[in-house]
Amino acid sequence: MTKVIVVTSGKGGVGKTTSSSSFASGLALRGHKTAVIDFDVGLRNLDLIMGCERRVVYDFVNVINGEATLKQALIKDKHCDNLFVLPASQTRDKDALDKENVGRVINELRDSFDFIVCDSPAGIEKGALMALYYADEALIVTNPEVSSVRDSDRILGILAAKSKRAEDGIEPIKEHLLITRYSPRRAAAGEMLSVPDVQEILSIPLLGVIPETEAVLQASNAGIPVIHDIESNAGQAYRDVVARFLGEDVPMRFLTADKKGFFSRLFGA
Amino acid sequence: MNQSIREDFKKNNRGKELAFDIKGSVFTLTVLCLKNTDRTMIETALSEHLALAPRFFHNAPVVIDVKELQNSATSDVDFASLTALLRKLHLVPVGVRHATPEQQDAAIAAGLAILQGGSKSEPIVAPRPQINTDTAPVLQTAATPAPTAAAKIVHQPVRSGQQIYAKGGDLVLLAPVNAGAEVLADGNIHIYAPLRGRALAGVAGDMNARVFTHSLEAELVSVAGHYRIFEQQPAADVHGKPVQIYLDNERLIIAPLI
Repeated sequence: MTKVIVVTSGKGGVGKTTSSSSFASGLALRGHKTAVIDFDVGLRNLDLIMGCERRVVYDFVNVINGEATLKQALIKDKHCDNLFVLPASQTRDKDALDKENVGRVINELRDSFDFIVCDSPAGIEKGALMALYYADEALIVTNPEVSSVRDSDRILGILAAKSKRAEDGIEPIKEHLLITRYSPRRAAAGEMLSVPDVQEILSIPLLGVIPETEAVLQASNAGIPVIHDIESNAGQAYRDVVARFLGEDVPMRFLTADKKGFFSRLFGA
Repeated sequence: MNQSIREDFKKNNRGKELAFDIKGSVFTLTVLCLKNTDRTMIETALSEHLALAPRFFHNAPVVIDVKELQNSATSDVDFASLTALLRKLHLVPVGVRHATPEQQDAAIAAGLAILQGGSKSEPIVAPRPQINTDTAPVLQTAATPAPTAAAKIVHQPVRSGQQIYAKGGDLVLLAPVNAGAEVLADGNIHIYAPLRGRALAGVAGDMNARVFTHSLEAELVSVAGHYRIFEQQPAADVHGKPVQIYLDNERLIIAPLI
């Protein structure tokens, strides 16, 4: 049974696309056939982070409008065999998306994929609503700060009210909390909300915590999802997230600030 | 509109795209029960009353009830002057209730609708302590029935941007009301979790309604239109504590539960 997973947050810049790319890559690395769709029509970031921007010929909107087939538009990922990217269009806007055609594309993808990851744009407008409409599960990407938590709360309300599952009155979307850009040191100093603070407000199960590291930025710039960087905390944390999502019992890591030794302080983490 | 008229209407307009639908709907209106027709007296008392809750009554539609004038000597009402006065006070007069045939003509001439009946039980004219003349007009809400509907029970958190209203009864919440969310009830509101957003009990005017919560972290609480905003955290003795919020002589009281 194919699962459709939306990666969403409400607020922009919290790490939706970074998380989508690493999460989808992680599922593919574990042997699951995965497609990742960029719903941020008009901006197009996913292909950059996945390092396939030069191979975009046809995009999501072309498929929606019937100008290209899915097969033509899907780009095979460089780093893992089981992963395909459906990029957004840069020349159109989010009004190009409509329920019916998005549904048609997702149903077509269901035939050949185990997981369909929908990378939502920020906001609560059409693009975001389309990205979450067909979801079975949701990763709520939240930074440990007040406005991000508030927006995540808002998007959780929308998931519960405006998704297809809500409209059909069937079992609601399964929600997972993914806290990103977490700095244990700053949380301990009270400069950031702590993990329990965020969990208490949002009251949904915690799937993982991604620590704030340089590695994420470097990975984005290099066009390689950070999950491939197994040296980095963030890469390992995303692997844990994927394992937990697949039902494994993996303890939470990177929640406490470790004392840095002289050499690691000198050379970075 | 009854069924047959509606069908005729449809038949005559078949094939045409209609510019509108006609629908019936029920509204709660404020009723101004006039006890005399002295313009100055009405103006003074009414301005005083409106000053108590200026936002609540701002541009509120008002029905003029002239029942109590029937027995008095001054049953001639100058509706034109009265509506002008109400508009000046930022009220919107919409109709007249309990008017005699002569009064009806005058009201229609002043652009008011003639309303029949109203609330089934005749409204009880509650004594208002702050207005001490017997002849002052009394503002009251036409439909403030005691909550009769079954309590509405919510199991999911109420999230930012969501609003839940329990019409005609109590609202029971078993999950948090988050910041930016709003819960309303005609009766009481029970929250067996933290209240971080807004809770408004007795929104139809029930002064006996209360709000209960396990942990007060609210942005706003209100009972029957008497509200309090917590711009800063409320006093330490109630913040994050189980409390109840109720009206005592029109004062909003926040009292610890234990």
